[in-house]
Amino acid sequence: MFRNQYDNDVTVWSPQGRIHQLEYAMEAVKQGSACVGLKSRTHAILVALKRAPSELSAHQKKILPIDDHIAVSIAGLTADARLLCNYMRNECLNSRWAYNAPLPVSRLVAAVGSKSQIPTQRYGRRPFGVGLLVAGYDAQGPHIYQTCPSANYYDCKAMAIGARSQSARTYLEKHLDVFLDSSLDELVKHGLRALRDTLPQEIDLTAKNCSIGIVTKDTKFAILDDDQVAPYLAMIEGEERSTRPVPDETGQRIAIPELDDIPQPMEADDQVGAAQPDPLITDPPAVDESMDQ
Amino acid sequence: MATSGMFGNGNPGALWTGGPVPGQLHNFPGVQNGATKGSSQRTLNPVVMGSSVLGIQFNGGVVIAADMLGSYGSLSKYRDCPRLLKVNDSTVIGASGDYADFQYLSNVIQQQVIDEECLNDGFGYTPKSLHCWLTRVLYNRRSQFNPLWNTYIVAGLDEDKPYLGYVDKIGMAYEAPSLASGFGAYLALPIIRDALEKKPDMALEDALRLIDRCMKLLFYRDARALNKYQVAVITKAGVDLRGPIVSDTNWEVAHMIKGYE
Amino acid sequence: MAQLGQPLSDYQRPHQVHFSPYDFNGGTVLAIAGENYALIATDTRLSQGFSIHSRESPKTYSLSENTVLGCCGFHGDVLTLTKTLGARLQIFEKEHNKPMPTPSVAAMLSTILYYRRFFPYYTHNLVAGLDEEGKGCVYSFDPVGSYEREVYRAKGSASAMLQPLLDNQIGGKNQQGYVVQPMPLDRCIAVVKDVFTSAAERDIYTGDNILISVITKDGLKSEKFPLRKD
Repeated sequence: MFRNQYDNDVTVWSPQGRIHQLEYAMEAVKQGSACVGLKSRTHAILVALKRAPSELSAHQKKILPIDDHIAVSIAGLTADARLLCNYMRNECLNSRWAYNAPLPVSRLVAAVGSKSQIPTQRYGRRPFGVGLLVAGYDAQGPHIYQTCPSANYYDCKAMAIGARSQSARTYLEKHLDVFLDSSLDELVKHGLRALRDTLPQEIDLTAKNCSIGIVTKDTKFAILDDDQVAPYLAMIEGEERSTRPVPDETGQRIAIPELDDIPQPMEADDQVGAAQPDPLITDPPAVDESMDQ
Repeated sequence: MATSGMFGNGNPGALWTGGPVPGQLHNFPGVQNGATKGSSQRTLNPVVMGSSVLGIQFNGGVVIAADMLGSYGSLSKYRDCPRLLKVNDSTVIGASGDYADFQYLSNVIQQQVIDEECLNDGFGYTPKSLHCWLTRVLYNRRSQFNPLWNTYIVAGLDEDKPYLGYVDKIGMAYEAPSLASGFGAYLALPIIRDALEKKPDMALEDALRLIDRCMKLLFYRDARALNKYQVAVITKAGVDLRGPIVSDTNWEVAHMIKGYE
Repeated sequence: MAQLGQPLSDYQRPHQVHFSPYDFNGGTVLAIAGENYALIATDTRLSQGFSIHSRESPKTYSLSENTVLGCCGFHGDVLTLTKTLGARLQIFEKEHNKPMPTPSVAAMLSTILYYRRFFPYYTHNLVAGLDEEGKGCVYSFDPVGSYEREVYRAKGSASAMLQPLLDNQIGGKNQQGYVVQPMPLDRCIAVVKDVFTSAAERDIYTGDNILISVITKDGLKSEKFPLRKD
């Protein structure tokens, strides 16, 4: 059953100027379990909640290594993530092959953006159903990027995606000022607290359902699982949760009405006047004035 | 060709079809060698040639120098050929060998620098990355039996540390604190290495004096060298491309050399 | 003028400079498998003809925590081959969440070499590391990928000088009443220094320094030892 007559294909506009298929794809991201990414001056980290599809299966990996300086955490269709992941690994290998240098994180994310855009404009194609949080370290320092099925990508100070991630973003916005000067331990603690806020009251983070990724200058991206995350979990054990968990977002909603929800597939200010700037997203770099002369 | 005399300008037709082409059985798969593809479009005969390039690391940077002669065989044909290319504010390359191949690759590099500038993301070529790229390009061309007939010396600052890299037409590459290509490798490099051994932390002035001495020596001894050269000094402040510098030469003793008339 | 159908004389033909896609850059590598260690040593000279390009260019390449490749011959091929291997190992590591075991590295290197059977990598290769049981292992290769596991092997420009010495000192060849037994590491290092010093006396492509790398379960340790520099 179709919800309306303008959502048959990704090439069809609705009269409101929206592409429903894209917005559905954006919803797929919210079905995946939550991931949080944040950075200080020296480190970028990822914290992700792992799910086990059944009692019989292991917890699915949520943080995938791309290169020695980049890893992604995923929310949405795992199979799509795997394809993007292979593409990203290949791009990174090619950079090392041709230039003997790690690929700048911004260039990798831009490449993923260009790749993701193609199935958003072709008849019969399906946009990727996965959102990525890309953490990396390059010559310009640590980075957190978010990519969407809509082929948008954002340079972030901190970000959370996936199911019930609004609670994590609320936490991140509240503590945004302290991340930059945090130590690694402090940063991981903030990440874990943000992730824990996405959980229902009766569930807690455990060494089984949580994984952490850490990158800094001249070190290989470390992905911690199981026993390795236990010491970090111990650091926040017993703390009061900061917010009441919000209701589950994975309902039957089609559009994204809130402006402060995850970034819109289109520039919001094209539609409804001046948009609120998202505090988690880095301001775009100022245009080089000398170019106009 | 030999057969066209017999058949005039008409097509002689195939002598024999349906069997193996001559040479097919012993040719390696995936490789076409000069015998089957014809070597006329390949640089197997360099035409206008540049001679030596010299590079020295000093305390805080790198100098690289090359004279400005383009030789056509033994003819000193072009006397104003710049053989140093400023790639960006931290990288300079110098080329020996076929001048046309150098100009071709210069165009490619300059276009890539422009493309990269357009991304405006603050990243650009470093000497290390350019050296690696050149190595791959030259190695790939040699593997296709279509070499770029050059030896390149890449000089610059990589993360504020002096960098000097060498790569030749078959993709053999290495880094060293002093480098020379062409005849410079035999005539100038021993002198440069000796000076560096005595004074490893050379100042810029020392390095420039050493370069001038070596360029003069090359002019005296290498018949494909000229006493007009360019020097690029790469420091944190950027690239300073100097020249043409014409060194004073002294041929007073030349009349005493006998026996080569 | 040349007549059609007549062969051209030498001076009428375009002059062709000989192009060879290969060169020889010298260098010697040597590997010995011990009971719980593997040792691989290389000189650090890079030469071409009678020129020395670099005195600081070791021919061993650490591929992972417990695998080291020794690779010498034509340096352009060495650079390309080590780079290809590095990329393949990184793909493996990301896909399997563990570094590739040394015996698998050897098998993969063999196929990579044979892939270029008809335009070979002109490289002499040794792979040293620890096998799945933690024992030292050494694999030696010819340039087109034929390989076998061995206890000790020298490759490269001075291999013909090193190998007989190793046969005698480690293999116990031509020694009466000698019982071959696992060699302790310190004795092994002493032999390596001796054989390289001897080779540097006679081979112009071997010299400057030796870099000795030892792989044990605790990781990779390296030491440098001077050779003659002329």
